[in-house]
Amino acid sequence: MIVGTLFIVLICLLIGSIIYGRRLVKTEVTDAVFGNPTRALGGWHWIVAGVSSILIIWLYFSWDAGRAFFPKAANELCQVAKLNRTANPIRSAFPLEDRLLRGTALLQRDYGQIDLLEMKLANTNFDDGDRTELKSIITEMRTTLSAQADPKLIAPDTAGKLEGITKRINDLARNLADDGYPAEPDPTREEALKQPGWGETSTEIPVMPITDLGYKFAKASEVMDGISKDFGKIRNNGEAITGKLEALKARYTGFEIDDSEGEEITAQRKELVKQIEKIYRRIDDGKIFPSAMTQSVEDALINLDEVKKSEQGSLRLIDLLALPGGDIQAGNRACSEQGSGRWLPKPSDTLKTFTRMADPEVGFKNIPLLWYEMKPVGEVFEILIPDWIADLVPGEYPRHNDEGTVLTNFKNKVYNFATGNYDSMMIPVPIGHIWDSMMRVLAGLFFGIILGVPLGLYMGLSRFAKGFFDPLIELYRPIPPLAWAPLILTIFGIQDDGKIFLLFMVAFAIMVVSARTGATGTQLSKVHAAHSLGASKFQIIRKVILPNSLPEILTGIRISIGVCWGTLVAAEMLAGTTGIGFVENVARKQSDYEIIWMTILLLGLLGLMFDLIMRFIIHRTIPWRGKG
Amino acid sequence: MSDLVADKVNMVFNTKGGGTVHALKDISFTLKEGELLSVLGPSGCGKTTLLNIIAGFNRPTGGSFYLGDEEISGPGLNRGMVFQQGALFEWLTVAENVNFGLRMKGSNKKETAKKVEEWLEIVGLQGFGNTPTYQLSGGMQQRVALARCLINDPDLILMDEPLGALDALTREKMQTLVLKIWKETGKTIMIITHSVEEALLLGERLFVMAPRPGRLHKEYRLPFAEEGLTTDPREIKNSEHFTQVREEILTMIWDMEEEIMGKTDAA
Repeated sequence: MIVGTLFIVLICLLIGSIIYGRRLVKTEVTDAVFGNPTRALGGWHWIVAGVSSILIIWLYFSWDAGRAFFPKAANELCQVAKLNRTANPIRSAFPLEDRLLRGTALLQRDYGQIDLLEMKLANTNFDDGDRTELKSIITEMRTTLSAQADPKLIAPDTAGKLEGITKRINDLARNLADDGYPAEPDPTREEALKQPGWGETSTEIPVMPITDLGYKFAKASEVMDGISKDFGKIRNNGEAITGKLEALKARYTGFEIDDSEGEEITAQRKELVKQIEKIYRRIDDGKIFPSAMTQSVEDALINLDEVKKSEQGSLRLIDLLALPGGDIQAGNRACSEQGSGRWLPKPSDTLKTFTRMADPEVGFKNIPLLWYEMKPVGEVFEILIPDWIADLVPGEYPRHNDEGTVLTNFKNKVYNFATGNYDSMMIPVPIGHIWDSMMRVLAGLFFGIILGVPLGLYMGLSRFAKGFFDPLIELYRPIPPLAWAPLILTIFGIQDDGKIFLLFMVAFAIMVVSARTGATGTQLSKVHAAHSLGASKFQIIRKVILPNSLPEILTGIRISIGVCWGTLVAAEMLAGTTGIGFVENVARKQSDYEIIWMTILLLGLLGLMFDLIMRFIIHRTIPWRGKG
Repeated sequence: MSDLVADKVNMVFNTKGGGTVHALKDISFTLKEGELLSVLGPSGCGKTTLLNIIAGFNRPTGGSFYLGDEEISGPGLNRGMVFQQGALFEWLTVAENVNFGLRMKGSNKKETAKKVEEWLEIVGLQGFGNTPTYQLSGGMQQRVALARCLINDPDLILMDEPLGALDALTREKMQTLVLKIWKETGKTIMIITHSVEEALLLGERLFVMAPRPGRLHKEYRLPFAEEGLTTDPREIKNSEHFTQVREEILTMIWDMEEEIMGKTDAA
């Protein structure tokens, strides 16, 4: 209901904004010359049109709109698919979906095999006796094969069986076209109506028919199943043919392998006989019939197809238009969406998955996406106090005495304090996959900025620093960060420090280059002015060169965030137990398209958020940019 | 007693091709405290080099400058400088620019704020203290630059074509302002300019420099700066004496330029 309304509203919005845009173009007289960049200003209605288009395409191709408007269609199409599936064994014998009749295809293949065998024989070093014998066996094999296509040799009951199949298919087609079929009402309807709806479970589409049309097809598919099975049992095994086959078998089994001419030739002979046996087994299947004999079955199937099409009626249009880019297929026990309906998750389902996973009790792999946890203050800030300060305290760590008691001393207390092992107030601390990913990016970025900016400024101002550090940075900067990942993850392990170091490397190079560019671009007159105003070296760096480089530094940070974000997700996919990349990687292994898409959207939104924040910061901190 | 004394200052630059350029040759002069000096000359005659050496940004290859008893060996607060484009710190407000020097020294904040108010009033920018500098017009930016330099109470004020980038009207106003400041503070001021009229008006003393090698060509002592304190500068500029000196100097510079062009042609 909501999805349907939304879909219609979106279409109205799209059309409305296009009409508004057209009218605006006609009424807007000023700056109406092509090439004037001010023409790109404004245009919120095109934002509406763009967003609407994306959502419409998503709703349409994920079949969410189709499901909203035709909630029963999938169930009915599932029943049709069942009929297709049960008819498949018999259909595949005829040129309905394939190009060739199966008998023709089999003959072609087997003739080819026999020709190949003949060629092989001609290239061997067998003596003339063996060669003649084998050649005559192969020739007989060919005649036995072609004999199966001979209508005169077919057993009378085989012909009768084929006729029976034809009749049964025709009866089924007549029944399918009949409005009164099946005569009795669906006994399982009540149960079927209680099934979970389309998309409510992982099986996706309810299997049992919930409409009369569906029941008709379900029933027909059961009948078709029987017909298909019986057709599969029919073989071309009249006496004339079995006699020929037996004679052939007797000949090649009777062929004695002469092993006097050395191992190699003996092996060749054994191989040849083995291949003769292989081809013989195929001929023995008896799946080749005289082509005219099966024509009536083929006609009956074509007739059934037409009835099937006309009986579906509007359902076919729904399948074509409302469920584009794929269809619904039946398996043994369940029906499933194939095509875009499958790999493009429905927006409503994705939202549902997200809502479910956003619940901190559920999360993903028992870790919430973004939540908080109460932790003692000591544990949170433990990382800020290095453990080794306890080692500096004079004295020794306590040892246990003869009674086995361990007394504490001041040194030990300092150690406990440094490791956060003391009673303290509980405070909420954010946790979860999203938080972990964000923290890694921010930590990598933090170290990159703290170390990269000073070095960059130094390199911009000193000949020594420029020359000394330039080769180092320029050598490692062009290496794709992910190329480092295996090495760094191996050295640091799969925990946070490895990833943070990797991100630090990414951010560091970018920050050095941008800070250096900023420092190099400082106007000499400003430095001179600062000198003549009595500023010291440090003051000049802090008050003149740093602010002057801010535009470049902030742009560098903005680029770093983007690159770090991308690198992080890939690194999390390689190794780790938390993070958005980890979630996506696990979902990939389970082919869970909904979670995959959810993580993709989440990454996009978080990236956008970071960028908007950076844009805001840039706007607020360097309003003078381009105006100096 | 802080006169500026130049003692046979020489400046030789090495060019990339291995040759040398004699930018300044044997410059010697004495500028008494409270004097207003303008320096004029064709482009490339070493005016700015001279100023940069006095400011302490460059070191001469020979000879030295003395301000008072001290030899100039680097930038110092006793010499303030005003640059052509203002060279303001555009990330700071007007007040932050003006008090930059005092902040670097770590002066008392209250006193600093009071001084800033005073100086903004002198240069005619009352109430602009919190305005970001990038929003100011060119003339206003130069006023800020003046205040920023003067607030440090330097003994010598160096101006490197301070009014060069301004329109004619603003320029005239600023010339009056410079004269006013000279009169009221009694500072020694040295102005470099390429405008002959400006040099005449803002020069109690006037040096005309000649190029290749840069040297002092001729010195004038002029009454126009004094007159400008009481009379409308436009009237002075129309006076006969002013016109006569202007034509004389213009001819002199023209001849120099032609000499250079001739030299270039011969080479």
